[in-house]
Amino acid sequence: MPRRESPLQSETPQGTLDMLVLRVLVMGPAHGHTIAHAIERGSEDVLQIEHGSLYPALHRLENRGWIASFWGTSDNNRKAKYYRLTPTGRKQLAAQTTRWDEIVRAIGRILKPSTE
Amino acid sequence: MSWRRFFRRAFWDRDRAEELRSYLEIETEENIARGMSSDTARRAAHLKLGNTVRIREEIYRLNTISPLETFGRDLRLALRGMRRHPGFTLAVVLTLALGIGANTAIFGVVDGVLIKPLSYPNAGELVSIKQVAPGLNLSELRMSATQYFTYRDEGRVFQHIGLYGDGGTTITGIGEPEQARLLAVTYDVLQALGVQPQLGRLFTESDATPGATPGGRPFAPVVILTHAYWQRRFGGDLSVIGRRLIADSNPVEVIGVMPEGFRFLDMEPAAEVISLIALDRSGMRIGGFGYWSLARLKPGVTIADANADISRMLPIWLEAWPTPPNTGGRQEYEKWKITPVVQPLKDEVVGGVGDMLWVLMATIGMVLLIACANVANLMLVRSESRRQEFAVRTALGARRGDIVREVLVESLVLSLVGGALGVALASAGLTLVVATAPTTLPRVEDISLDPRVVAFAILVSLLSSMLFGALPALKHAAQHGAPIVGAVRGASSSRQRQRTRNALVVVQVALALVLLVASGLMIRTFAALLHVEPGFAAAADVQTARVWVPPQQVADPERVTRLQHEILDKVAALPGVKAAAFASAVPMEGPLRVAVTPIFVEGKDYAPGTPPPLRRTKMVSPGYFAAIGTRMIAGRDITWSDIDGRVKVVLVSENFAREVWGSPAAALGQHIRDSPPASTDLWREIVGVVENVHEDALYRPAPTFVYWPVMMENFNGNALSATRAINLVIRSDEAGGERLLNGVRNAVWSVNSSMPVFLVRTMKDLYDESMARTSFALIMLAIAAAMALALGVIGIYGVIAYVVAQRSREIGIRLALGAAPAQLKRMFVRQGLVLSAVGAGVGLVTAIALTRWMSSLLFGVERLDPPTYAAVLGVLAMAAAMASYVPARRAAAVDPVQTLTAE
Repeated sequence: MPRRESPLQSETPQGTLDMLVLRVLVMGPAHGHTIAHAIERGSEDVLQIEHGSLYPALHRLENRGWIASFWGTSDNNRKAKYYRLTPTGRKQLAAQTTRWDEIVRAIGRILKPSTE
Repeated sequence: MSWRRFFRRAFWDRDRAEELRSYLEIETEENIARGMSSDTARRAAHLKLGNTVRIREEIYRLNTISPLETFGRDLRLALRGMRRHPGFTLAVVLTLALGIGANTAIFGVVDGVLIKPLSYPNAGELVSIKQVAPGLNLSELRMSATQYFTYRDEGRVFQHIGLYGDGGTTITGIGEPEQARLLAVTYDVLQALGVQPQLGRLFTESDATPGATPGGRPFAPVVILTHAYWQRRFGGDLSVIGRRLIADSNPVEVIGVMPEGFRFLDMEPAAEVISLIALDRSGMRIGGFGYWSLARLKPGVTIADANADISRMLPIWLEAWPTPPNTGGRQEYEKWKITPVVQPLKDEVVGGVGDMLWVLMATIGMVLLIACANVANLMLVRSESRRQEFAVRTALGARRGDIVREVLVESLVLSLVGGALGVALASAGLTLVVATAPTTLPRVEDISLDPRVVAFAILVSLLSSMLFGALPALKHAAQHGAPIVGAVRGASSSRQRQRTRNALVVVQVALALVLLVASGLMIRTFAALLHVEPGFAAAADVQTARVWVPPQQVADPERVTRLQHEILDKVAALPGVKAAAFASAVPMEGPLRVAVTPIFVEGKDYAPGTPPPLRRTKMVSPGYFAAIGTRMIAGRDITWSDIDGRVKVVLVSENFAREVWGSPAAALGQHIRDSPPASTDLWREIVGVVENVHEDALYRPAPTFVYWPVMMENFNGNALSATRAINLVIRSDEAGGERLLNGVRNAVWSVNSSMPVFLVRTMKDLYDESMARTSFALIMLAIAAAMALALGVIGIYGVIAYVVAQRSREIGIRLALGAAPAQLKRMFVRQGLVLSAVGAGVGLVTAIALTRWMSSLLFGVERLDPPTYAAVLGVLAMAAAMASYVPARRAAAVDPVQTLTAE
């Protein structure tokens, strides 16, 4: 069967969603629903995503050992699966953020008209 | 991807499903809190989340090891398909099991006998050293002790070189006197082999000092026992080292015991006692070519190097040693043109069975090819019935590769199951082969179902799955995009399929014909051998047993002969004995005990240095030919009064008489001798001519023979010589029976109680041994040919039956329009016969080309023997007719109404 890519994977730069997830989790453990809404808000609704496509990303991150999961209870007393950042994940985020910033700066230098 | 997750996919799937449900609940609740109705809230939550099934699928895929996953799916499909069609599965698996099993078994034999290295360390360095003497027209000349010394001293390529021989030794001092099988070696033979003793030590050079040989026995007073003998005679007693035994009336000390697995080359029967040959260099002369030789080459030395080194040393050897008296001196030996023949030791052990085994391997390979063709046919028929299924699946998005892969996986599973069953069959087959293998098959103890043989079975299974799976798979690949509707009745493609199947049948028939021809030729060979007159009669009624009179017990030759005569009289008086005699050797015993001597004929001129042709010679007692059943062609037998009166008489074989004097009658009264004519009158008169005897084997020509009396004056350098080792030849209806044997033993022991009776055999045993190679090859080829014929018949039957089934509608119409059933039957039989005829044509050409490889197995029959080919064609035609007649009859029995309404 031909493989269909998830919309998020095909429309956002590789690894971007992963980084967004990690960034949300820096603030503390959260469950999928919270993460989805946080990303949506954090990107000022630029990234319009189907919240479902978040879950494969979570699974992938967990497989890599960057985040860990546990079942807990949500604010309104619902059973929910929480994710938290692992030390490896924290290191990855730092590394990726630095790289990301470098890329952004590089892009910025190219796009901005030379003022000097 | 990880294996752990791969196997926990189901758990993860449940976990994620729950997680997604929890998202929906939270989102729905929030939506309700924002003021939506509960239905709208739920719908909005679903929209926000997206397609949950797809999400789960994606996560599932993240945990997948993809090729493995698809393989697993194909495997399940294949197994399901096999379960659903038990008849098809059984037919395929059994066919393959037979084919693969037979191949594995024969490979086990080939591997054990031909491929595996000998079971000595670094066996590749071991060589046998032989020589030929083209100047003497001698295809094998054994080594002399002087050559051994020269090679040992001057050789540059050997780590060790040694001489060996075999024989028997009478062991006394531990219970009953017993003749033990003796292996006689120089001290370096066991070192060359690189073996270690289990107890004690091996021989060393200092054991063999010439002064250490008492009583003129050519062996040092030390022996090593083999494991079996140690167990049998000493019960595995560890204190055996240092024990003294009496070997041929000489005291010897046991210095070592060989380990259990030790075997000396292919010595048969296996050695029991190993003695050390003690050679005295002083007074040694060039003659005496009586030893075998083996050597361990230095690492990196090739066979060619070894041959070159020996060629270099031969002139040195001729210079270094004195020549025996009464010979033409050095020039004579130079005229022999001695040439070294160094061979891997394995070739020496394996001998001539390589040809036969490779022929068998090729034969059985062909059977497997036929089996594969059959299975391919079955697969094609089956895939025919699945065409609609495949078409539907293709329409639903299955790719061409998916279906091809699935067909291949199915073939793989079938062939592996068949292979597993085949290995079980092979294991049973090998046990049978080892139990029944002819004594001429060397290294039987090395034959086993070891990992290499199993690996071969797996490889063969894989190859055959490709062979029979490729065809249906390719067919599927080719018909991609076939329409779903009416796919089953695609007339043009079905004609093409029929062509494929026809081709398969042609191949099968052709291969079956080749195998039938091969086994037919073997049958003719066997029959030809049965018609060979061996030179003795009613072999089953002739008992032989060996008796040896040691010089330590009876020194005087005259007394030896008298004692033997006494034994003979007692044996002859036993109940049921019709005739009794003795000789130095009986026919087909092997070359060891038959002397090969130049025989001089009176009245011929022999230039110095050109010896006359070599003849085989034996010593015989009066009545020997009558007892063993060799006819007197002319003249008379030797009598006891000839022997007692020292009359110089001799007998010769018919072919000798014809060669020299033109006819048996002309030979009578002529004179021959075994040494060059000199002053002493040693000519012996030919008083009788006897029938030729196939001394070596039935398929070897009968050699020319000279038969001396058992006791003679002035023979072989002795004033009076007797024959100490004799074979009793006893004709009795009870040959092989216990009563006769006990009688013989008592007769011998009543004359001398310390003489063992050994090598008890009937002439039938020796005769059967001589036939063994041919009967083994015959049985194997016959089995292969029978399998091939059966598979071929099934192939023809299958194709015709399928055609009939497919054309049943057409047949129905024809019948409805008034065609005669007999005519229809003929039509289908003709089709089967045409296919077989094409196959037979291809097979004939193949057989003519391939039987060249088996000519070494044939005797008395040309490899293009017309009767064999005619008979095979006849058998094949009959089988083909029958195989097509059965389904054709079904065609004639078609009910037109039923077939026409079935559509």
